[in-house]
Amino acid sequence: MTKLQEITSRRELFVNLTLRELRGKYKRSALGWLWSLLNRLTTMLLFSFVFRYFLRVDPPVGDPSGLHFFAFFLMCGLLPFNFLSQSLTGGMASLIGNANLVKKTYFPREILVAANTASWLVSFLIELSLLAVALLFVGNVAFVWLPAILMLIVIQTMFVGGLALMLSAAAVYFRDLEHLVGIVMQAWFYTAPIVYPISYVTNQVKKDSIWWTIYNLNPLTRFVEAYRDFFYNLRWPPADQLAYIVVVSVITLIAGYLVFGRLEGRMAEEL
Amino acid sequence: MSGPPIEVNNVSKRFRLYHERNQSVKAMVMRGGRARYDEFWALDDVSFEVSQGTTFALVGENGSGKSTMLKCLARILRPDKGSLEVRGKMSALLELGAGFHPELSGRENVFLNGSILGLSKKQLESRFDEIVEFAGLERFIDMPVKNYSSGMYVRLGFSVAINVDPEVLLVDEVLAVGDEQFQRKCLERVAELRESGKTIVVVTHSLATVRNLCDEAAWLEHGVVRKVGPAGEVADAYLGEAHVDREVDEKSHGTRWGTGDVRLTGVELVDARGQVTENVHTGDAVSFRLHYEAARPIPRPVFGLGVYTAEGVQVTGPNTRQADVWVDKIEGAGTVDLRVDPLLLLPGSYIISAAVTDETISHTFDHRHRAFHFDVQPGTPHETFGGVISFNGRWAVDGRG
Repeated sequence: MTKLQEITSRRELFVNLTLRELRGKYKRSALGWLWSLLNRLTTMLLFSFVFRYFLRVDPPVGDPSGLHFFAFFLMCGLLPFNFLSQSLTGGMASLIGNANLVKKTYFPREILVAANTASWLVSFLIELSLLAVALLFVGNVAFVWLPAILMLIVIQTMFVGGLALMLSAAAVYFRDLEHLVGIVMQAWFYTAPIVYPISYVTNQVKKDSIWWTIYNLNPLTRFVEAYRDFFYNLRWPPADQLAYIVVVSVITLIAGYLVFGRLEGRMAEEL
Repeated sequence: MSGPPIEVNNVSKRFRLYHERNQSVKAMVMRGGRARYDEFWALDDVSFEVSQGTTFALVGENGSGKSTMLKCLARILRPDKGSLEVRGKMSALLELGAGFHPELSGRENVFLNGSILGLSKKQLESRFDEIVEFAGLERFIDMPVKNYSSGMYVRLGFSVAINVDPEVLLVDEVLAVGDEQFQRKCLERVAELRESGKTIVVVTHSLATVRNLCDEAAWLEHGVVRKVGPAGEVADAYLGEAHVDREVDEKSHGTRWGTGDVRLTGVELVDARGQVTENVHTGDAVSFRLHYEAARPIPRPVFGLGVYTAEGVQVTGPNTRQADVWVDKIEGAGTVDLRVDPLLLLPGSYIISAAVTDETISHTFDHRHRAFHFDVQPGTPHETFGGVISFNGRWAVDGRG
């Protein structure tokens, strides 16, 4: 039985571990899910005040939706970023936190990381649904794009999962990796157009400069722009950009799987 | 399915001993390269086969590699060289309740743990009542397991693991857990599996387990196979060589309590010629010698010994008070001997507790609980059908009909 077959044959374990993550996160708090939503709402309000009213960030007018609303503009970028960031942080803890399982039982270890990513995906889906519902009140019917949006989510999940696999395996060997990743995530947040429109960058750097190319190669930039096209602008993202993130995500997932397989050999000893 | 259920061919496993406690990116950058480490081979070219329906023991000292071997079989560790194959559904009892989530209820954990061990939801549903009943936790199954006692925790863990219904079962001495009644239940269950033709590999340092429970065994020493073969032969060979340099087993260096006015500094075995020995046989004349040091003059002390099997069953517990042996006082260092002739313990590992108290036994100066260790090797009478002691009896068969 090949490794891949073995992983797919343990779907039930994957579901159970995902449920365990979800229950573990929200059990024993009276408000449960509400806490995480409250957290998102607070971030939204704070960012809106600081960036919209103090720093005077002007979100673009949705084309063709005509929407001009910073909070919605922000959330279209913030939610995918949070999914990425939490999955990577959680992924790095998923093997170390389950050291007991890894050292005392056998099953494909990829499932632990996958279950962690899946649990964050569930939160992400709920948040996106609430965003879509809220958008209805300002006249943006994002639901018609549902199949395309789901595709985009699948692609991002591949990207996130691949990175989570790499980082989780590396974190077993380098215990301070989480600090490094914390710093990188902060930089990643501000180097993608999440709290500001991408036009602010083109105002500063020339379109043919190397900096602009680098900025655009950032997969997170492309993801944020794609989500924004669907939810905020109500249009298809440019085909070449979609193709770019599909390729990057597939490569990341395969690379993550291979790296994990290589580092897996001594995992039980190192934990 | 072709071939034996377990086949191990020239397996070697290397461990790294790092110079730093934990590796880190910081350390790597500052050193400008890879971490420095020493290597050692925990398993070196190990080969054996376990045939269908055999109960196979891996014996050896601590650090001999027997647990590493078991973890390789369980696929937790990956060998660096060689190949091994386990054919058929396998369940490993390495740690009971590994993977229980404290916040989840017993019920939820049964399903989670079961699916880690490879059971489907359907199989778990049909076995659920049996699992809970075996663990004796019917009333507590909907309580979060963080409120369980450690005994309850382990019982539930064992119950799930044993109900996986494996073809190959790997056991790492976890059976020595829980209360006595549950231990018996566990052993019965393992015996049932054994009788139903399952293949079992057990890691142990109890030679009694090897002799009584196993068909075949492999003796490992520093990662090398010293002997593979029928359980009795391997146990004899192991006992004959491996244990002799172990007067005090650090691992079972048990608890110690008392005022310290008298300290017991050691226990040794003395043979018939008065020589200290570590080599005793069934039927030998030996003395157990206690060394003490009294910090101040102590009137009418009582010395006592407790002898236990490796499984913790007490064999005997003599003391000087009940034997009505008294000295007026002790002061400074000295020894006390308990002469035994003949020693009727059968071959195996034994543990000694030693104590010194005041005249009334109510005031303990020093109690060293299960602090010493000795082995008995085959002698006369020669008996190999289990048990702890020989009656040294004489048979009389009336053959006249």
